Amino acid sequence: MADFLLYALLAGLSLALVAGPLGSFVVWRRMAYFGDTLSHAALLGVALGFALDVSPALAVTVGCLLLAILLVTLQQRQPLASDTLLGILAPSTLSLGLVVLSFMHDVRIDLMAYLFGDLLAISTTDLAWILGGSALVLLLLAALWRPLLAVTVHEELAMVEGLPVAGLRLALMLLIAVVIAVAMKIVGVLLITSLLIIPAAAAQRHARSPEQMALGASLLGVTAVCGGLAMSWFKDTPAGPSIVVCAAVLFLLSLALPKR
Amino acid sequence: MSDALIRLEQVGVTFAGEAVLDSIDLSVAPGQIVTLIGPNGAGKTTLVRAVLGLLKPHRGKVWRKPRLRIGYMPQKIQVDATLPLSVLRFLRLVPGVDRAAALSALQEVGAEHVIDNPIQTVSGGEMQRVLLARALLREPQLLVLDEPVQGVDVVGQTELYNLITRLRDRHGCGVLMVSHDLHLVMSTTDQVVCLNRHVCCSGHPEQVSGDPAFVELFGQNAKSLAIYHHHHDHSHDLHGSVVAPGTHVHGEHCKHG
Repeated sequence: MADFLLYALLAGLSLALVAGPLGSFVVWRRMAYFGDTLSHAALLGVALGFALDVSPALAVTVGCLLLAILLVTLQQRQPLASDTLLGILAPSTLSLGLVVLSFMHDVRIDLMAYLFGDLLAISTTDLAWILGGSALVLLLLAALWRPLLAVTVHEELAMVEGLPVAGLRLALMLLIAVVIAVAMKIVGVLLITSLLIIPAAAAQRHARSPEQMALGASLLGVTAVCGGLAMSWFKDTPAGPSIVVCAAVLFLLSLALPKR
Repeated sequence: MSDALIRLEQVGVTFAGEAVLDSIDLSVAPGQIVTLIGPNGAGKTTLVRAVLGLLKPHRGKVWRKPRLRIGYMPQKIQVDATLPLSVLRFLRLVPGVDRAAALSALQEVGAEHVIDNPIQTVSGGEMQRVLLARALLREPQLLVLDEPVQGVDVVGQTELYNLITRLRDRHGCGVLMVSHDLHLVMSTTDQVVCLNRHVCCSGHPEQVSGDPAFVELFGQNAKSLAIYHHHHDHSHDLHGSVVAPGTHVHGEHCKHG
């Protein structure tokens, strides 16, 4: 097997594994649009990373975190609904990212790679970031699993029972930010949320416990990555979109299967 | 009361410049059932949130017994339909709970048959019992119940109040609950606190039900209740309502005699 295909496979599989449980939380907590906004802001992070000459992965993570904090502050300060705020922030940050990039004449980047991913061009450094980031997020998710679940079920009950609710909420945003930074190279900023949401939504109908849903979503994600890469290898389709198409097909299949 | 589980002193809460709670004094002792009653918008839920520490009062202070374990039963709970969660799994969100402990808590509240059901399919009355079971699993010193009989039919309401009394007897915990049902609460509570942004009156149910402030707050309903609890050692106030002499506590802002 060619090296680049092996790297692509490893990167895609590790992302799919972590996207299962994290995506389940995104579905349960109705954070889909929030994830979308963070991923749009990721492009601004990339641009600032180039402008300030820091690693894009680091810049994206920090950028997503700043946006999350900005969003929480805005939610508390004025009466506009969350989806309106997200609808303002998502295109604004994406556009600002594109504008900033246009000022940097000495930087030539392939915009399509950032928007839709460039899985087959992953370097060993990229792979190290992706594996490390995924492992970190997976470990933290496992450690925080029950408290996060308790907060998802009922925040006030969790608070009375002594859980640090605000901290847990922030931790979840942080984990999503890290995964977005990691996933950008794989499926691009426009497609990241689909990888979080579609496998979780597909697993939902047939799961009987939160853990079953998380694990099911991981397995479906792994299947989608393998299928998408196969399509890309044999039919020369773009890798990121091929993975998303596979995930969507799995989702449709899950609807067709009778609910047990 | 030095053995109180929780004590509020002169607590005031303001939302957008308007006083929602004013100069509230309240305490709950172990084994005591204290019921908050009052009309809609009286600040009952706000007061409960202050007791629970979910809301920091703008004035006064809330004292809790050190390391106080509170079992809280919220008004209602809406679990997202996409979250596959059985009742057992819901109860096991409390640390250190296994199936046996969850089952015995459910048996105590009479809801053991729903243990493996998805929580979204549990009916209103059963849900209240499940929430009570979760509160019990914390081995609480203080149970805080926000309208525990909401959405339950009348027979079920009596049963639930009796259950709460039994749980208090068995666990010896203090109970603070919110209700707006006058009749059912009267027989099961040790102290009634009548709330309308300030404490209108408080005391033993039979004394409070004859208090003019109470009658003013609840109108005709309260009068029939006062007659129901009629005693021969009473005195009458100007309105002709029954007042047991010198036994009820007036709030600071009571406008009546």
